[in-house]
Amino acid sequence: MSELLVKNAYVIDPINHIDGEVMDIAVRDGRIVEDVGPKATVIDARGCLTLPGGVDSHTHVCGTKVNFGRYMSPEDMRAGREARRGVKHATSGYSVPTTYANSYRYAVMGYTTLLEGAMAPLEARHTHEEFSATPLQDMMANTLFDGNWGVMNAIRDGDQDRVAEIVGWTLSAVKGFGIKLTNPGGTEAWGFGKNLTCINDEVPNFGVTPIEIIQAMIRACETLRLPHSVHLHCNNLGNPGNYACTLGTFNQIPDLNEKRQTLYATHVQFHSYGGSDWKTFCSKAEPVAYTVNNLPQIVIDMGQVMFGKTTTMTADGPMEFNLYRLHHDKWSNHDVELETGSGIIPVFYRRKNLVNSIMWAIGLELALLVKNPWQCMLTTDNPNGAPFVKYPEIIALLMSKKYRDAEFATVHPDTGSRVVLPALDRELDWNEIAVMTRAGQAKALGITGIGKGHLGLGAEADIAVYPIRVGEVDPAQEYRKVIDAFSRTKYTIKRGRPVTRDGEILVHGENTTIWVDPKMGPGHDISQDTEFVKMFDRYYSVRMSNYPVQDEYLKRSLRMETEAVF
Amino acid sequence: MIHTDMVCPFCGCLCDDIVVETEGNAVVRVDNACTLGTHKLMNASMDRLKGPIMRDGAGWRDATYDEAIEYAAGVLLDADRPLLYGWSSTQGEAQGLGVSMAELLGGVIDSTTSVCHGPSILAIQEVGHPGCTLGQVKNRADLIIYWGCNPTEAHPRHMSRYTTYADGFFLQNSFRERKLIVVDVRKTETASIADEFVQITPGGDYAVFSALRAIVRGRGDVVPPTVAGVTKEQLEKIAEMCKSAKFGAFFFGVGLTMAPGRYKNIRNAIELVDELNRYTKFTLTPLRGHYNVYGSNEVFTWMTGYPYAVDFSRQIAFYNPGETTAVDILARKECDACLIVASDPGAHFPRKCLEHLTSIPTVLIDPARTVTTPLCRCQIPTAVTGIDASGTAYRMDGVPIHVKTFLDLGYPTDTEVIGRIFEKVQEVRHP
Repeated sequence: MSELLVKNAYVIDPINHIDGEVMDIAVRDGRIVEDVGPKATVIDARGCLTLPGGVDSHTHVCGTKVNFGRYMSPEDMRAGREARRGVKHATSGYSVPTTYANSYRYAVMGYTTLLEGAMAPLEARHTHEEFSATPLQDMMANTLFDGNWGVMNAIRDGDQDRVAEIVGWTLSAVKGFGIKLTNPGGTEAWGFGKNLTCINDEVPNFGVTPIEIIQAMIRACETLRLPHSVHLHCNNLGNPGNYACTLGTFNQIPDLNEKRQTLYATHVQFHSYGGSDWKTFCSKAEPVAYTVNNLPQIVIDMGQVMFGKTTTMTADGPMEFNLYRLHHDKWSNHDVELETGSGIIPVFYRRKNLVNSIMWAIGLELALLVKNPWQCMLTTDNPNGAPFVKYPEIIALLMSKKYRDAEFATVHPDTGSRVVLPALDRELDWNEIAVMTRAGQAKALGITGIGKGHLGLGAEADIAVYPIRVGEVDPAQEYRKVIDAFSRTKYTIKRGRPVTRDGEILVHGENTTIWVDPKMGPGHDISQDTEFVKMFDRYYSVRMSNYPVQDEYLKRSLRMETEAVF
Repeated sequence: MIHTDMVCPFCGCLCDDIVVETEGNAVVRVDNACTLGTHKLMNASMDRLKGPIMRDGAGWRDATYDEAIEYAAGVLLDADRPLLYGWSSTQGEAQGLGVSMAELLGGVIDSTTSVCHGPSILAIQEVGHPGCTLGQVKNRADLIIYWGCNPTEAHPRHMSRYTTYADGFFLQNSFRERKLIVVDVRKTETASIADEFVQITPGGDYAVFSALRAIVRGRGDVVPPTVAGVTKEQLEKIAEMCKSAKFGAFFFGVGLTMAPGRYKNIRNAIELVDELNRYTKFTLTPLRGHYNVYGSNEVFTWMTGYPYAVDFSRQIAFYNPGETTAVDILARKECDACLIVASDPGAHFPRKCLEHLTSIPTVLIDPARTVTTPLCRCQIPTAVTGIDASGTAYRMDGVPIHVKTFLDLGYPTDTEVIGRIFEKVQEVRHP
């Protein structure tokens, strides 16, 4: 029995409606309890902002394309080298660090739960292998279904049950968490070098449209009772004028779940562009945010861009090729048979570049214009908009108009006529930041019930203790203190055990992989379906029996079982 | 007993439809595998060392696993600059332990990549890699190019599983509907079935790529009448075949990576494929040899940031192929101990390197006697992944596959042996 007492903490815990109460947090065997005995280890958090452990509901830290981002980028590796010390492994990398570097840096910032945003089912084993080398966070993987042949055929045939059956079987087989759609249909078109412009184009050879895929997958998600909603990377990412496609998509999302959103739209900054070309490029954060404000069934994340060097990586293969033609640096692509695609290119976001400056402004505008912080998550689509180590600066930008203005003065001079950011006076408070960085993310992922994102009794004791006195610091003026505090916790506690102290890594931990296993009942086992088996035999390059990820790949496993209702 | 859907642990194809029939601990029949795979699987229990052996004067003596593991750990701990080399014919789990051990020892870890597709990786690090999984090729590609390789003999099922003879979703009769271009310095077995065979004078690959790029870009006017023995007419024909394909798949082997020009050849090939993607869909895949050499690159990369040749002597991960690669370290007589795992440098390295291996304590972890055995002071036999050990391997296209077991011959796995050596190392060099 291990016991811990975090004393005198200044707690903000939005899910439990605690907003600035000084209290003690008692922990026994990794869970939060009423009280502990006198022998408990004591951590004095006096004067420290204490929050539930951070949750990142959309990041790219493990898996085939992430590793290929490292593989192709020795220059990035040289940027983040640290020596082995104590229990800490040597680390490399800045925008696509090694698994250890990702884990340590997230832990030092107080993050304890991460969702890998895109996992190709065929290559799921790789993601799980990297998860096992990510010691200090619990991990989940959204599973890609954007170009899934079985799914698209079922939609074309009008067989909605079959869509759910295929999704359910695949999630169980690959130990995935939720449904991810990246440029639905577009990644299949990219199989022959094409793309789709928006939701009503027909996917070549499959006779379905992206909106049909999105809606069918939303229904399947609810049929399977998945904890998380459909997680969508909209069509037409990154192109001027694409906000219309984004709005067209949002406006066709039904409201099907009382407990959470029906759709999680990711990195919406990249989907909120106006203009008809790069010369007329401008922000359309306003109409997008207003639409979100009117649609409680939608949650978004920002996908904030921050200036500097990074690596873009996404399952949206055709978009990456277009980006490569703009940047002409280097380009990797990796299409996955019957399922999806991906691409990787390095980028440098420049303050001197007008388009980059507008992109930077759009992310902030979205976060400031979406009224309800539970509907807008703080992310950079790590590492696409920026590496996650930029989160503290983003927090400060959202809390301080003064900081935003100071930064705005350094961007391209024409930015002001293309964005609304300078006119936005809103400054987020501590509670709103807590929502956007943990409580809201846990709720959107549907994992509050397993004790994530809050500090209530029975919750996982994932706790971040930040060295900042909330009552004595004015974040609107002293934004540097905010950046410093969120950059390095005094303590990060994972499952009741301090894993970092003042930036030092204390333990070589072991994560839990959270995955979803929908039970579908008799008559719905697609693996017994002759057509499905035939598709595997003929078109996959691996045998169906060799496709599922074995249990041994999950060192610690938390299976969330759901009961499908057809 | 019949074992179905087994995975062949020979080449980077990692065919996973193998049927193995065993009677007791003997393999009596293998179906679906190629000649190379069949040979490896049929002879699963033959030629294996019975137990560890150690140098005894001019000869050898038997040793226990405890003794051999103790010796290996001692050798590594005594070394100032240990080299941990090989890792291509073993499971990913063992590779991961190898990296952690190299890190703790402050040693260098390198895989056989540095003498096969290392140049491909250098090129990828400069210009990227437009690739795909092999099923994508099977289902879509109507044009296949094999350059500097001979899959008929080195990857015998590559063509039947993924390319020339493999029917796919968009090609119901692939042999008729697909075109095959083979580029090589000699007419190989593979070339004999090609629609177009391009014979290049040795060392001319780079020039031919440049000429093709010029033609594809519409600058054929700068191309001379012949380039490295290839006529301009044939180059134009090939360029047109590439541009008019719906999906082209380019495969290349060490005939390109180890030819004059080395990584620049691959860079030029990748840039040609990039260019072709402006007209149609094209992908490129290195034909990896060992069944898990790509896995070593993957594991090393997620743990250290670099795919091979990782030097921990500064406590950070340092990478500089040409300096931190095994051949270079041995040739400079730099390392003072060597652990070789699941590879056979004795058969492939320059003589100068092998001479140095014999002059330092070298330990080999390998199931059978190999050309490397006489160079070592200790050999520890282990189970063979895919035969009597299971584990993870990465196919040449990056698809991770769980390699399964069908025999129990009582040998420890590489992961177990390396894990035990690592434990001994940790007792002394605990972080």
